Amino acid sequence: METKSLRLAYGEALVEEGRANTDIVVLEADLGKSTMSCLFKDAYPERYFEMGIAEQNMASTAAGMALAGKVPFYSTFAVFAAGRAYDQIRCAIAIPEANVRICGSSCGLSDFGDGKTHQSVEDANIMCSIPNMTVLNPCDAVETRKMVRAMLSHKGPVYIRINRNELPVYTAADTDYEIGRMYRIRKGSDVVIFATGSMVWKSMLAADLLEAAGISAEVVNVSSLKPLRKEEILKYTLGKKAIVTAEEANRIGGLGCAIAGLIIGEVHLPFAQVAIDDQFGTSAYGYDELLERYGLTERHIAEAACGAIAKRAIRH
Amino acid sequence: MDDQKIRHLQATAQQLRRNVLEMIGIGKAGHWGGSSSLAETMAVLYFHAMRVDAREPCNPARDRLVLSKGHAVLIQYAALCELGYFPREELKRVKSLDGLLQGHPDLTIPGIEAVTGSLGQGLSIGVGMALALRLEKRPAHVFVIMGDGEQSEGQLWEAAMAASNFEVDNLTAFIDLNRIQATGHTDEVFRIPDLVQKWNSFGWEVLNARGHDVTSIAENIDKARSIKGKPALIILETIKGKGVSFAENTATYHNGVFDDARFAQAMHEIALATDMREEVA
Repeated sequence: METKSLRLAYGEALVEEGRANTDIVVLEADLGKSTMSCLFKDAYPERYFEMGIAEQNMASTAAGMALAGKVPFYSTFAVFAAGRAYDQIRCAIAIPEANVRICGSSCGLSDFGDGKTHQSVEDANIMCSIPNMTVLNPCDAVETRKMVRAMLSHKGPVYIRINRNELPVYTAADTDYEIGRMYRIRKGSDVVIFATGSMVWKSMLAADLLEAAGISAEVVNVSSLKPLRKEEILKYTLGKKAIVTAEEANRIGGLGCAIAGLIIGEVHLPFAQVAIDDQFGTSAYGYDELLERYGLTERHIAEAACGAIAKRAIRH
Repeated sequence: MDDQKIRHLQATAQQLRRNVLEMIGIGKAGHWGGSSSLAETMAVLYFHAMRVDAREPCNPARDRLVLSKGHAVLIQYAALCELGYFPREELKRVKSLDGLLQGHPDLTIPGIEAVTGSLGQGLSIGVGMALALRLEKRPAHVFVIMGDGEQSEGQLWEAAMAASNFEVDNLTAFIDLNRIQATGHTDEVFRIPDLVQKWNSFGWEVLNARGHDVTSIAENIDKARSIKGKPALIILETIKGKGVSFAENTATYHNGVFDDARFAQAMHEIALATDMREEVA
């Protein structure tokens, strides 16, 4: 299957949008060659601000630019974007609903070699808990491109979480995209898998495994972690036998918790959560090794689905 | 500045102090000390130096003031109210559940430019504004007021480096050097020696003003605005709690409570100082 780099798509999107929209400014904390914001520097050097290795100042400076009418995008690794500058995001960006676009790059375990200090298991969870913040988690490069455009017309702050590695492309360039919507990638009738980011890829593979075992799995791409619309969830759980959620993030305060919290007491279906089990990452030679170690492969998702469906069979 | 202007700014500073006292009232905690030390600076900025207009609070060409030491916002409300940014009645409702005026600066309030109060962040926000204004080739100037206790926040030094790295000269920062922070004297709580040398070595032009002398403040602002190619800092030599004898030079009224008698005395002292000025005039 064709794979593409999400961060390259992010950098290229900034350049393309920056051509017509001269209010776009880009800030970076010495990681532009990883986040690919360096492409914007090459194209529009006067609108690119290398802030040095100072993420807190970068966040607040971006806020000041937004309050003065600019549309700032700032990027760094997700762990620093969300963690190092939490209070700056909270006070200077989220409270005043400043139009700052924050890119948390190399999210989750995707920066496999650098280990736990550079892998972010909680960035999206933290960002979702901040009022006024919109949180996006694209599943592929094509969706990343669409999100950058959607962010431009969106009012208020947005956090976008971007995987470091090339991922298979499941979304189409010519279909509509809207912040806050879920997108069904594969139709199925037995179990619905709500997946986000890289886990869309793993869930699609899991659906193949399940199909071979006679189970029909639906895969829904939850690329907007916030806002998360209850009516969308209910639409996809209707008629299913079980629910699975899949995220490359800590299970506490993540997508699984959020979906469960919205439908608890209304949807009476077995529920399984595939996520990182409240632990930090670790170094590895490759991304796949880490996904295996942390229980985030197609096999884990398929087993979770089988387990959930079996629970229902026992109960009935 | 002519004598009439000087007297007007001095009287305005006293009026701002009176507004702050009215906002704090009796029996409620309020940041008198660090508000009062800025009365003359606020008077000079809002009634002399800054190009602002209450009728157009969002005019992109306006000068901006970011109060990084956001806990002193009462003195900013005092000035904004005098300029007509919001009705006077709001002063009585400060910090009330459905009031307009929050305990710290909030963007929902006309005339407030940034959310501050979590210390150390205002200079960064100001640098962002200054860079954006420069990109748009607007002549507007950005002012940022920091506290002296606030100087221990690390982010502020990141911003200091950024301002000189980008050669920001459409921004003037102040330090309200009143030498008292929440829990005591700055030299006893956390020593930050050689403040002037520190800012100089970070690439800033450092000026000194007598913080309760409107002429000294105005002259230094003019000087700061004329400096090209680097940011300027004005260190304001001030007295915490200035204008109310028992509340001067003490941490007690950093965020203190006035009882009936103390409140009456405070109002009396402010009125007396205003009258004396008028007599001299």
